[in-house]
Amino acid sequence: MEQAIFYFFSAVLIFAAGMVITARNPVHAVLFLVLAFFTSAALWLLLEAEFLAIVLVLVYVGAVMVLFLFVVMMLDINLAPLREGFARYLPVGVLVLALVVLEMVLVVGPRLFGAEAVTVPARQAAEYSNTETLGELLYTVYVYPFEVASVILLVAIVAAIALTLRRRPGTLKQEVGRQVAANRGERVRLVRMAAERSKR
Amino acid sequence: MSFEVPQFSPALPEMFVLAMACLVLVLDLFLNDRTRVVTYLLSQATLVGAAVLSLGQYGAGTAVTFSGMFVADDVGHVLKAFIYLTVFLAFLYSRDYLRVRELLRGEFFVLGLFAVLGMMVMISARNLLLVYLGLELLSLSLYALVAFNRDSSQASEAAMKYFVTGALASGMLLYGMSMLYGATGSLDLARVAESTAAGEGGLVFQFGLVFLVVGIGFKFGAVPFHMWVPDVYEGAPTPVTLFVGSAPKVAAFAMVIRLLAEGLGGLQPHWEGLLVVLVILSLAVGNVIAIAQTNLKRMLAYSTISHMGFLLLGVLSGTAMGYSAAMFYAVTYALTAAGGFGMIILLSRNGFEADRLEDFRGLGARSPWFAFIMLVLMFSMAGVPPTVGFYAKLAVLQAAVGADLVWLAVVAVVFSVIGAFYYLRVVRLMYFEPAQDAAPLEAGGDLRLVISANGLALLALGIFPGALFAVCNSAFGL
Repeated sequence: MEQAIFYFFSAVLIFAAGMVITARNPVHAVLFLVLAFFTSAALWLLLEAEFLAIVLVLVYVGAVMVLFLFVVMMLDINLAPLREGFARYLPVGVLVLALVVLEMVLVVGPRLFGAEAVTVPARQAAEYSNTETLGELLYTVYVYPFEVASVILLVAIVAAIALTLRRRPGTLKQEVGRQVAANRGERVRLVRMAAERSKR
Repeated sequence: MSFEVPQFSPALPEMFVLAMACLVLVLDLFLNDRTRVVTYLLSQATLVGAAVLSLGQYGAGTAVTFSGMFVADDVGHVLKAFIYLTVFLAFLYSRDYLRVRELLRGEFFVLGLFAVLGMMVMISARNLLLVYLGLELLSLSLYALVAFNRDSSQASEAAMKYFVTGALASGMLLYGMSMLYGATGSLDLARVAESTAAGEGGLVFQFGLVFLVVGIGFKFGAVPFHMWVPDVYEGAPTPVTLFVGSAPKVAAFAMVIRLLAEGLGGLQPHWEGLLVVLVILSLAVGNVIAIAQTNLKRMLAYSTISHMGFLLLGVLSGTAMGYSAAMFYAVTYALTAAGGFGMIILLSRNGFEADRLEDFRGLGARSPWFAFIMLVLMFSMAGVPPTVGFYAKLAVLQAAVGADLVWLAVVAVVFSVIGAFYYLRVVRLMYFEPAQDAAPLEAGGDLRLVISANGLALLALGIFPGALFAVCNSAFGL
């Protein structure tokens, strides 16, 4: 049963990943990527890595891909010029790719990383919480890299703000508070003036 | 699970720099352009304080903490001290330049301090994860610094190129690391060292090693992974070029020592061959293409490439003597590069960049003293005695000869003679050509004083190299 589920999700994953790079419409490609993320999350669930599975869905599907979709929809990229040289360079590309794959299989083939080389991890008990264990490790053994990673995020924030925030003097903006607080006396001035007469 | 609270004291300099960088970041929000000097002074104070903390630990032996991920040893303390020194110089040279061009914002110093922190993490890393995280922290800060002058399209282009090639290099490095992890089941460099010494893993290690060396080559800017160097050096604002071209080279040296020498020491015969290729290509391409440059920043970029070839020449012999020579080379090169780019800043003024070779024409008549300092800097880069560059090259060549690589040492000497041409051309322009530009130098007193000290220090270290050699030797147990 479990194997059947695994093969089902793997097949969907491979199909979706293939569609990501072959789909003509970029929006379709992004949606297939979402599908790929969902199925890989399911595979992780099968491996008892439920925390990673949930984070993948929350962060990648929930945040990153939505942003991606926005960008793809807003930019309206014309992909035709990007694909122009594709057929011309295809033979060379395929040749190089085949060589690289062949070399890599020869060097790090299944005899080193195959199913026989790795011992199957024992199944955890039902009450075992992957999230709790990860949290414990992150804040004890891995606290130093964890902190460094947080500093990297801080730098990313500082850099993004430093490179994009501009204070333009002289731009006009609404001050809603003052608009609402305004009364008639400030805006309308009644002027009494003598009626005009036509000159003779 | 049982867990022992790690010992925090060996990481005191890192914690100090992080705390101060955050403090500067927040404090800067409350300052305006007139009081921004506080940011600058606090950043410099941070570097001085960190230097006191790091040097205070010097000679106290090797301490490992944070579950074996952090190591504090003498190599680390000395390298960190030189990083503080070069960044101190970089900040000092930059301040007036940035202020005049209305680029003096607190983020320059904050990102600089975070880059320092990244370099410190790299230097103290004893785990593949931390080598990578430190490198990313450094690189991310540098990408932002290169793009710092956001109204300049040239700077944006340089930052974009740097970012893309840097991301590619990080990918290569990570792939190599994943192979090491696959072979050993551990990210701990000590554990990796054990299994390479025991001859386990075999082909997977060598496969991962190739990717590690490619990643390292990118970060060093060694040929054939050098494409980003000239564009980034030329496109970035000069103070940022000064920053990118000096201290990170010391950190890159530390990364090589931690990864190749300590982690993969058992594979030395394998990475020696890979590095030989990088060394020969870097020396050849760097020195020959530099001759054709008319922009000084670009010329110094190609000169950096050739210097990185020399540095790797010291490392590849795989002996303690070679590492010590390479360390001497890295720290003295960082100081020389800081001085070289400092001179461009010194001669520049608002609306005018003195980054063409032409701009140095007749400097000997305009300002004999600074022409002399530039002469010392150029001699040091070319390796003319009695400057420190000569001893650095000599030590590296000695190490290569000591490791029976006489032919490689001969190649290096031939190319450094070719390289001498373009350094001496600057000297010729300064002394034997009439000045075109008679404007007086505008630089402030602190810049004049410190750049003089920088140049004289290279001369002094060249005449008395013994003390620094002793420090480098003792760091590697010689």
